[in-house]
Amino acid sequence: MNELAITVIGRDRPGIVADVAEALARLGANLTDSTMTRLRGHFAMTLICVGPAAADVEAALAPLAADGQLLATVRAVTPDGETTAAGEPYVLAVHGADRMGIVAAMTRVLADAGGNVTDLSTRLTGSLYVVVAEVELPSGSSDEVAGRLARTAAELGVGVSLRPADTDLL
Amino acid sequence: MTAEYVGLDDWTPEVLAVPGEVLPVVSAPDPVLSRPGPEVDPTSDEVVRLAADLVATMRVSPGCVGLAAPQVGVSAQVFAVDVAGHPKAVTVHRTFVLCNARVVEASRWKAGREGCMSVPDLTGDVKRASRLVVEGVLPGTGKPVRLVTDGFEARALQHEIDHCAGLLFLDRVAGAHAIYQRKVYL
Repeated sequence: MNELAITVIGRDRPGIVADVAEALARLGANLTDSTMTRLRGHFAMTLICVGPAAADVEAALAPLAADGQLLATVRAVTPDGETTAAGEPYVLAVHGADRMGIVAAMTRVLADAGGNVTDLSTRLTGSLYVVVAEVELPSGSSDEVAGRLARTAAELGVGVSLRPADTDLL
Repeated sequence: MTAEYVGLDDWTPEVLAVPGEVLPVVSAPDPVLSRPGPEVDPTSDEVVRLAADLVATMRVSPGCVGLAAPQVGVSAQVFAVDVAGHPKAVTVHRTFVLCNARVVEASRWKAGREGCMSVPDLTGDVKRASRLVVEGVLPGTGKPVRLVTDGFEARALQHEIDHCAGLLFLDRVAGAHAIYQRKVYL
């Protein structure tokens, strides 16, 4: 069974999700995990589906991109199988004056500590830049990581907080 | 020293006996919003004036249910709250200003959407205690106060106490998808 990673990015308009999902449904592709949002007004969708060959999906999505407003990519991916459960879930929040390299510097601290970012969003509103990342940290490392994040944040002149993520109650 | 904490009684901003001035509200990323404010002398003229200014500024700001000193550019542990008339408020202590306030009991944590005059374009989901006990002192008299509250007023108090500690609601959002572009401005 083919597993495909598909991205659709470009000028937003009503009906893009319906068009993409319809094209996939016609090919018998089973849409599994997907996410869609608007990034500064641009339509941005990433999804995984299983079923057809990559070339067939590319052909089916081609009309969507025909007017040059949307870009669709299709790649075959190897099923990941079970990902190893990492350590403890945390939420990292960073906010401050926009400047180059905030995400790069802060996520490098996480990466160097063996932390894995599992979800991320950033927003620029006026001159305020906000980063919120969900991250899995190796057990027992959070105090040290928080200290390193604080030092890096101070160098960048931004505020940072690292808090345990809510756990599932039921 | 153990202070005897009491309620607000009939405290109103009029006891400050100074006219409040409407001050400009600062927005993130102004660094004053991320700096923990020092404790203040609640009986000093400066703090009494600040208290009156916070009330005046809060009152002219539509939809504003609380305002902390860092939001008017002053790093200090002083804030005003007034949730009277808000449809979500249950317990309401009307207008009051607290100095050097701290949370002494917090329970029944609930998520809710928060905004902030200093972060005008964003809102976020934040978990706050819906049962809360706060202790602080009143500006002017310096009288120690113990407030027991709940729900919306409890959320407003925690938001303002956070401001005094240099924290924004952004520091407490629940996750990567818990921040939103504000759709409705009051």
